[in-house]
Amino acid sequence: MSTGYYQRRRDIHPPALTPDYKTSVARSPRLAPLSLDHGAGEVTGPVFTAADVDPGDNDLLTNYAREGQSPIGERILLHGRVLDENARPVPRTLIEIWQANASGRYRHRKDMYLGALDPNFGGCGRMLTDDSGYFAFRTVKPGAYPWRNRVNDWRPAHIHVSVFGAAFAQRLITQCYFEGDPLIPRCPIVATIPDAGAVDRLTARLDMNASVPLDMIAYRFDVVLRGRRQSIFEGQGA
Amino acid sequence: MTDDLGYLRESASQTAGPFVHIGLAPGAAGFDIYQRELGQDIAGPNAAGERIRVEGLVIDGTGSPVKDVMLEVWQANAAGHYAHPEGGGTVEEGFRGWGRVITDFDTGAWAFDTIKPGPIGEGHAPHLHLWIVARGINIGLNTRMYFSDDSVAHATDPVLNLIEWESRRPTLIATRSKGQGPAVYRFDIRLQGEGETVFFDI
Ligand SMILES: [Fe+3]
Repeated sequence: MSTGYYQRRRDIHPPALTPDYKTSVARSPRLAPLSLDHGAGEVTGPVFTAADVDPGDNDLLTNYAREGQSPIGERILLHGRVLDENARPVPRTLIEIWQANASGRYRHRKDMYLGALDPNFGGCGRMLTDDSGYFAFRTVKPGAYPWRNRVNDWRPAHIHVSVFGAAFAQRLITQCYFEGDPLIPRCPIVATIPDAGAVDRLTARLDMNASVPLDMIAYRFDVVLRGRRQSIFEGQGA
Repeated sequence: MTDDLGYLRESASQTAGPFVHIGLAPGAAGFDIYQRELGQDIAGPNAAGERIRVEGLVIDGTGSPVKDVMLEVWQANAAGHYAHPEGGGTVEEGFRGWGRVITDFDTGAWAFDTIKPGPIGEGHAPHLHLWIVARGINIGLNTRMYFSDDSVAHATDPVLNLIEWESRRPTLIATRSKGQGPAVYRFDIRLQGEGETVFFDI
């Protein structure tokens, strides 16, 4: 039997049913999930290599822009590390992001918001973390946007983040918020998270040291995936 | 950042939202940006085993299809090996065993082509792992899909046998039908209410 990952802490993750986020009401299982010890299918997961992504895929300032043009908006560097709960880097893992443009509009045929599309902004990026778990995306700061929940709900500026880790058990999709945004405490999706510290850890910090003078402001965002149990006694007596 | 034992805490999950396709399957969102879209070919051209198609719906608590869902599939090859260093053995060139499945935005219908996996060990029944995200789903839902033609193996499968309520076990079993082409398995996932699919806390 393979060594599994630490049990997920349900006190930091949102529960399935969160009535203030109305869509969750009909989409949340009512019965308890069945706990499963990890076998081969849980401790394995897809392996990605440099052949899966292209070097410019992580540059949202250029990956959809026309030659010589760039998207409108505040230019930012979003960077950080993917770590596990044992504080070890998660190297060579696929991280993918997507976001609205500076006016809060997504390039998606289902997004009908009034905000303008930007001909030079696609809104997605991806890369593999390096050997130290580090990643960096160049992009523009997304705008807030309204959404149909209560009549006047607005999402804080956010970037959606998807990470794989080394195992299907580590698979995670989350969102990155930005320090100082007054919409964070008003958002019913943020509020699905029961733990204030956990919201804080999803909030990117202004990082002046990594900012590029006369070019772009940096925000620091670390992602933590589940840690794996150590097989302490492995090999002893062998 | 670390607690007093030196551990970090996992980042909290947030819903993938209605526009998950932009990030993970931009072709489905209606634009072309990457050279290669990931997760489009689960088994690859060289995989041994029976070629199959799986199709179904994800259905919400009102009985309506969920039209903006994304599923990820993870599976072993016909020899029962996952394409991973701890996967139990080698796999065919081009076999990844992972895929992304997008619904038809108008009907919620989804389908994917793959090969039927083999059992991962003695007493285990062949199965696929599925991970479901969408607007309104706060943390990805894990489930499994088994195959209706493996009923003998189902009797010994350790995971199916963990499900105390025998009446719920069929929620994980896809129904096989055979027409002209490859075998088709039908698998509807019910998020809530009558016939609620068994989900796993892995
Ligand atoms: Fe969003």
